[in-house]
Amino acid sequence: MIRAVWQALVGGPLRAAPGRTLLAMLAIASGIALGYSVHLLNASADTEFRRAALQLSGEAEMLIRGPRQGFDEALYPQIARLDGIAIASPVLEFQASRSSGEPSLKIIGVDALRARELQPMLLAGQTLPAADLFDPDNIILSAVAARTYGVAAGDRLDFRAGTALVTLRVAAVLPDGSHRLPLGIMDIAAAQWRFGLTGVLHRIDIRFDRDAGPAALRKSIGALLPEGVQLLTPEAENLRSAALTRAYRTNLDMLALIALFTGAFLVYSTQTLAMLRRRNQVALLRALGAPQGTVLGVLLVEGALIGAVGAAIGITGGLVLAQQLLAAVGTDLGAGYFRNLQAALHIEPATMLFFMALGTLFALMGTLAPAIEIAGMPPARGLRAGDPDEQVNAFPLLAGITAIGAAALLLWIAPSTGLPIHGYAAIALLLAGATLAFPPVAIRLLKLARLRLPLPHALGLSRLLATPRLAAIGMSSILVSFSLVVSMLLMIHSFRTSLDTWLEQVLPADIYVRAAAGGDTAYLSAAEQQRIARIPDLARIEFLRSRSLLLLPGRPPVTLIARDPGIGGFAAALPLVGTPAPLPENGPPAVWISELVADVLALRPGDPVRLALGAQPQTHIVGGIWRDYARQNGAVVMDLAEYRRLTGDRQINDLAAWLAPGVSVNEASGRIRAATDDGSALEISTTAELRKLSLEIFDRSFAITWALQAAALGIGLLGVWLAFNAQALARRREFGMLRHLGMTRREISAMLAGEGALGAAIGAACGLFSGVIIGLILVRVINRQSFHWSMDLAIPWLPLAALFAGIVFCAAMAASAGAALATRQEMTRAVREDW
Amino acid sequence: MLSLRHLHKAYRDSGERPVLRDIGLELRPGDYVAIVGESGSGKSTLLNLIAGLELPDSGNILFEEQDLVLLDDNARTRLRRQRMGFVFQAFLLLPHLTVLDNAALSLKLNGVGHRESQQRAAALLDAMGLSAHVHRFPGTLSGGESQRVAIARALAHQPGLVLADEPTGNLDAGSASQVLRLLREQVKSRGSIGILVTHSSAAAASTDRVFRLADGILRPE
Repeated sequence: MIRAVWQALVGGPLRAAPGRTLLAMLAIASGIALGYSVHLLNASADTEFRRAALQLSGEAEMLIRGPRQGFDEALYPQIARLDGIAIASPVLEFQASRSSGEPSLKIIGVDALRARELQPMLLAGQTLPAADLFDPDNIILSAVAARTYGVAAGDRLDFRAGTALVTLRVAAVLPDGSHRLPLGIMDIAAAQWRFGLTGVLHRIDIRFDRDAGPAALRKSIGALLPEGVQLLTPEAENLRSAALTRAYRTNLDMLALIALFTGAFLVYSTQTLAMLRRRNQVALLRALGAPQGTVLGVLLVEGALIGAVGAAIGITGGLVLAQQLLAAVGTDLGAGYFRNLQAALHIEPATMLFFMALGTLFALMGTLAPAIEIAGMPPARGLRAGDPDEQVNAFPLLAGITAIGAAALLLWIAPSTGLPIHGYAAIALLLAGATLAFPPVAIRLLKLARLRLPLPHALGLSRLLATPRLAAIGMSSILVSFSLVVSMLLMIHSFRTSLDTWLEQVLPADIYVRAAAGGDTAYLSAAEQQRIARIPDLARIEFLRSRSLLLLPGRPPVTLIARDPGIGGFAAALPLVGTPAPLPENGPPAVWISELVADVLALRPGDPVRLALGAQPQTHIVGGIWRDYARQNGAVVMDLAEYRRLTGDRQINDLAAWLAPGVSVNEASGRIRAATDDGSALEISTTAELRKLSLEIFDRSFAITWALQAAALGIGLLGVWLAFNAQALARRREFGMLRHLGMTRREISAMLAGEGALGAAIGAACGLFSGVIIGLILVRVINRQSFHWSMDLAIPWLPLAALFAGIVFCAAMAASAGAALATRQEMTRAVREDW
Repeated sequence: MLSLRHLHKAYRDSGERPVLRDIGLELRPGDYVAIVGESGSGKSTLLNLIAGLELPDSGNILFEEQDLVLLDDNARTRLRRQRMGFVFQAFLLLPHLTVLDNAALSLKLNGVGHRESQQRAAALLDAMGLSAHVHRFPGTLSGGESQRVAIARALAHQPGLVLADEPTGNLDAGSASQVLRLLREQVKSRGSIGILVTHSSAAAASTDRVFRLADGILRPE
């Protein structure tokens, strides 16, 4: 019995038109491929980071972590002497600035003897002569670092400490694969001395005695730690590192899932059409005595098989895609987070199975509703000639409105994990709701409009209005894909426009000078600053000192920016959001916090905040909250004079300079370089260059989203093509009759093209509406919660209009192609098929 | 005037065995004839040739002084639209159009304005006894009613030639007789040429002359 039903319902149609089944599989496959590849890249990057962090922390049970500028090494003997500490290994860990615009290098300074106990994998099992390890001129490089800089053992590498040159000899290159990140290893004392970090440590790795009470020890250690220095487990350290990119990776994962979602809609529409096409066969089988359960089971198994095969194709495609993406743009998909990470793909069978199950589940979900409907239909009704049932059914509309209501409700719920999962769930619900509710409503509105079109379009319109359900199925994939594309366009355009405005405000000077292109070790000394200040070619100068500050528990350190407030003060110089607090004359000094700091610490203008600066933590008042698109971990701005008073630190990293009238950038740059000890290290950029570079980085970061948008659109158009193709084939007799009545093939194609265009226009209009709402969720909820960046809404009218026109045109072409295929058949045969 | 001269047609898939051999027929306005024959005798092929839906291997089809064989597909389509009407066994009404819109379809395809085409179609439907159904959809009609709507559609634009392919094949005896009566009345009253292809002797009996197609040859009965 089952075999006969399978043969009649699945085997036969599959043999007759294998392309349709293949396309449904490809729809799932494309969604799975996108989702799996993005997930694979994210997971691989994450695995590499964890592995690198574990390699560095080694067998340590706890570690003491300070801010980027480190903490006093006097802490080390106090910790090492505590009862219960088996080994304490001091570590210097910093980004060493390089000359000539090369990327900075992470250098780990270790006490080789202690590190051998705690971090045996640091040197990848290599035994180096003691002289090599302790020589202050030597550095050991990971293979990735050697490749990055194009050096081998015995070569020399230049670094910057202040503006002075530090030249080190590459004593050895560790074996390939031992460290995936560019890394340099030095003797701790040599590193302190060569980079001017004498007396500073960044980390102390600890292993406890076996019989020590960890809780009591933690308490003893905690009592010794100064403000801004934390005691962490290696796992917590990992999490802290991962937090940097977590939001970005989660967003990518979600976007990939949305692509999968689009694929699922396509499967839904394909399966619904396939079911409706087979209603006569199902009714016949039921009339011949096939039980409803058997028919339903066969249809569901078919759906699941389509999903499973599609998912298998998708997983294979995803693997290939991930490999290609890894080679082309890296694990961060071009965003620049893991630029130097040499990652390999980590393929986990469990994840593969998950995506396999996801593909099967989505296909099953797409099949379930039409299968239940078709299997439960009374056979007599199914055997009747004519179009599939177009009975008014309020269920989809109600379900759609409920889903939209649930989406609205979810948006009111605050995120529980720090990630906007609720926002994404709201988007999914909104998409589902819009797909169910919008097309029927739009078609009803169109009916009310009582359009009068000339033939042959009047026929197309009347069919569209008379078969809202079929029309809605055709529209659903356009609606979903267009929604996603519109929302992404809206978000990216708003972000880019806001960034452009922001850059204009934060880059008011003519030129910007940095002590080096990157890293922690380059700076300009007080003497150099004085010499620069005396350059007559510069009308005005603002100095800036940036350093890291541990402020937010469980998060990476924020950037403290101490700078000159400028002519109008920080309230005028910073891109503030909201109104600044009135600052009392004799109150605590003000700091200006970025949106991230304000969100995480729930601070508002006028609130007090304690910063671990100088010998004792100081209370400041929040002067205002500003928008910062440059630092993802948050930033605090304070007056440079106040910072110097508190810390005694006279160094600066950057300066902004306004040129005197008639002075060229080249002249000013030359004088600034000449005013420093070694001007070649300086990185000098004009405002236009910085702005261009920033926008380029932005565009690179969002490059992958264009690919996802293109994929979503492609899937959407494929859906339209499938829907119209299926409809055109199902309407061969209608076309045959119209040919008999004297309509040319061209007129029939035009009729279907018009239908396709109208359907796509309605779908795209609904998609535009839901896309704008989703865009608003992305702008106001997802971005705000993921990155704590607010932005102004900017609607890209022209690209949206072009996209709208493009999608309507493509749909018309797809429908027209379907008609051409259907009318190719002999008309005389077509009119003899069952109506 | 319809004139078929020495029509010859063979299909490759039938091993080049001729379906039609040297067919000749002359019909004048007001002629109403039936073509009968066994299944597979070539009746429908002959109908398709007359309608310009297929072309003969040799011979000529002259309709209103135009040789269909010499016309291109677009010109044949235009001729079909303006001067021919079709009635199918399976009615082939558009399910998403009302009865009135279905009947007015051929008029609209010929560029007649909305209001005029609706008025003319309504009058014809009234004559067919369907005035109570004009705003209903085909799915709600009986077979006989559907075929009457199809006849109205075929005649609404006053064609010179009406081709009916088994118009009673899907109908009960009562409906069939009503449809045949109406078809004959309308063809005759309009002075069109009517060709009925049928298996049914009752249907054939409703026409003026009957031709039998056997072994590819058309002979009067």
